[in-house]
Amino acid sequence: MDDRWAAAWRVAPDYLAQHVLLSVSALALGVAISLPLAVAASRNAAVRWPSLFGASLIQTIPSLALLALFYPLLLALSALGKTWFGHGFQALGFLPSLLALTLYSMLPILRNGVAGIMGVDHAAVEAARGMGMTSLQRLIRVELPLAAPVIMAGIRTAAVWTIGAATLATPVGQTSLGNYIFLGLQTENWVFVLFGCGASAGLALCTDQLLGLIESGLTQRRPWRMWVGGAGLLVGALAALSPLASATVGRSYVVGSKNFSEQSILSELMASRLEATGAHVQQKQDLGSATAYRALAAGEIDAYVDYTGTLWTNVLDRRDNPGRAVVLRELTSNLKRRDGVMLLGPIGFENAYALAMRADRAKALGIVTIADLAAHAADLNLGSDLEFLSRPEWTALRNAYGLRFRKETSYQPTFMYRALADGEADVISAFSSDGRIAADHLIVLGDPREALPPYDAVILVSPARVEDSRLLGALRPLVGAIPVAAMRAANYTVDRDTDKLTPAQAAADLARRIGSGQPKQ
Amino acid sequence: MIELTDLTKIYGGRRAVGPLSLTIPKGQFVALLGGSGCGKTTTLKMINGLITPDGGAVKVGGAPAGEEPPHLLRRRIGYVFQEVGLFPHMTIDENIAVGPKLAGWERPRITSRTQELLDLVALPNELGERLPSGLSGGQRQRVGMARALAAGPRIMLMDEPFGALDPITRDDLGRDYRMLHDRLGLTSVMVTHDVMEALLLADRIVVLDKGAILADGSPGELLADYPDPIVRSLMETPRRQAERVEALIRAPRHG
Repeated sequence: MDDRWAAAWRVAPDYLAQHVLLSVSALALGVAISLPLAVAASRNAAVRWPSLFGASLIQTIPSLALLALFYPLLLALSALGKTWFGHGFQALGFLPSLLALTLYSMLPILRNGVAGIMGVDHAAVEAARGMGMTSLQRLIRVELPLAAPVIMAGIRTAAVWTIGAATLATPVGQTSLGNYIFLGLQTENWVFVLFGCGASAGLALCTDQLLGLIESGLTQRRPWRMWVGGAGLLVGALAALSPLASATVGRSYVVGSKNFSEQSILSELMASRLEATGAHVQQKQDLGSATAYRALAAGEIDAYVDYTGTLWTNVLDRRDNPGRAVVLRELTSNLKRRDGVMLLGPIGFENAYALAMRADRAKALGIVTIADLAAHAADLNLGSDLEFLSRPEWTALRNAYGLRFRKETSYQPTFMYRALADGEADVISAFSSDGRIAADHLIVLGDPREALPPYDAVILVSPARVEDSRLLGALRPLVGAIPVAAMRAANYTVDRDTDKLTPAQAAADLARRIGSGQPKQ
Repeated sequence: MIELTDLTKIYGGRRAVGPLSLTIPKGQFVALLGGSGCGKTTTLKMINGLITPDGGAVKVGGAPAGEEPPHLLRRRIGYVFQEVGLFPHMTIDENIAVGPKLAGWERPRITSRTQELLDLVALPNELGERLPSGLSGGQRQRVGMARALAAGPRIMLMDEPFGALDPITRDDLGRDYRMLHDRLGLTSVMVTHDVMEALLLADRIVVLDKGAILADGSPGELLADYPDPIVRSLMETPRRQAERVEALIRAPRHG
């Protein structure tokens, strides 16, 4: 337990700094766009309705979707930029998060701005016009000062929203306090989840209170409140951002991972091996499955681990299964030709869909392979995860072996393992590198007819790094180095319910176990 | 000083004002008198360009309006209206200083000018530090007048300036303003629906009805047997009130 709190505190300065940088930039940009727009909208009904409608419409898009949508958009723009100007830009991480959050912050500022300016006492406005103020003078000397409390209230709302929504920047590759939440959810590390939620809520509340001080200073015309609030915000932001100034500048390596424990462990393992060479390494975790490959091809991450079956179907769009060796060979040549991506080699284990049984039960029935299982299937119950029964792997398996179970039931993964232990299910769909296979004394049934495509874990390297000897040198020893038993054991230390390890700790254990390299903690 | 020629304003297809022609010589105090909807406020606001006429011409001080941007014209004309419109976030001094600041005066000159104006509208100097919310209605309207006069305009436009005040304050302020008008040699145009106020303050009364001039003359001329029946009935009430008050004053006192 203490370990997890300590691990959470260790990364806090970096997560907080990134979170504050993102929120402050998005809010500043939001104010810079929304305030002039609010002024224009308050002057002109033809601007008012479209802008308010647009801002409301953006607000109806779930914030996570808005963030996710910016990535492919920017990727396309970056590609255009490359062909037209010879220059692309970073489509993952800070930029899409900044744009999405900026859009998201606009509605409260815009709406309160318009309401504030249009709500200014019409007698004061008429006096200003009657005395010969120009439109701009009227705005600066009369309308903005009088509307300031209402405008400030809008900025306050926007600040709270932005700080909260910034936690959702993690899946598009921007470090934020959301890293705690996403990593915690995925490894069932509730300390992390709690820590992330608490930190982002605390940050939002502090900011809200300081902005509230400025707002009340404006309303009650007490300048000292405004100064205290403003100074508090400035000092707080600078203190939070200070770790960034001391961070290593310059091109560092970026290692990516998808959103499950095994990926986090392997990413930590690769990062620590790179760091052992003296390199500065960043990790972009919790990437979506499709996002990860595109980010690698675009050079935004330098390396990550994917699985041959996933690449075969999703990237090459193939549905056949010509066998493990052919798939690996064709992937190696096709990814190189298509995207310039280097397939460094298989790590040594597979993370495939598989059928698993309790070892004692299989032994009693004399079942070793799926072919053996087919004969008994009519008396047995199949438990599967929520997805398996609708996947092509299941169709292929059923057709290849003529499987007809007595009953087929879908479960949440945790309950599926429990059902197997209780005897409610006799056979389950499992991932072959799942730690629970070893822990629950299960065996994975062989697939002699190769109905299931191979899912060998392979290291992919981005086009920009295929000549990078330091990266290749650090990662090449991992090829063929991790047997499935070692990976299962490592996954289990992160996934189990008690005495959990963080992915970094599990990676260190794994490195010791496979005996290659001396990754530092 | 002010010359309106065939001035017209149309709202939603309906003619609100005009065609209306009126010449106001320098130094005159003119009341635009009429019921609500007669076009008197619209006419007043077309003089300083707060409302743009749909037809006709406005000349102020011999120069046709439209030769300069309307905000520059407005800086040379004082404007006072019923709601006053003091800026609530500025002190009284700052409110009065707005016009001189717009005109680009230097700071010391502005400071002495605000003191001078508070004296002129008979307000104590220490009021200058306060915000408008700390003043009575009558005091606020006096500040409104001081603010309108601050940059030294030759022309004053007033829209029901005393309309929201109690009768005694209203009479006080009216007489004080009339004195200022004479002392500063202003040209004043005041919109009012109060016949008695128009009779007591103005040199000349222009009665408007449905956006056109119904009568135009000195208070004496209008009170004398004016040919138009509407004007006659308009003047009937103040005359009768005056006669009754006079009768009361002359009647022998009892007890």
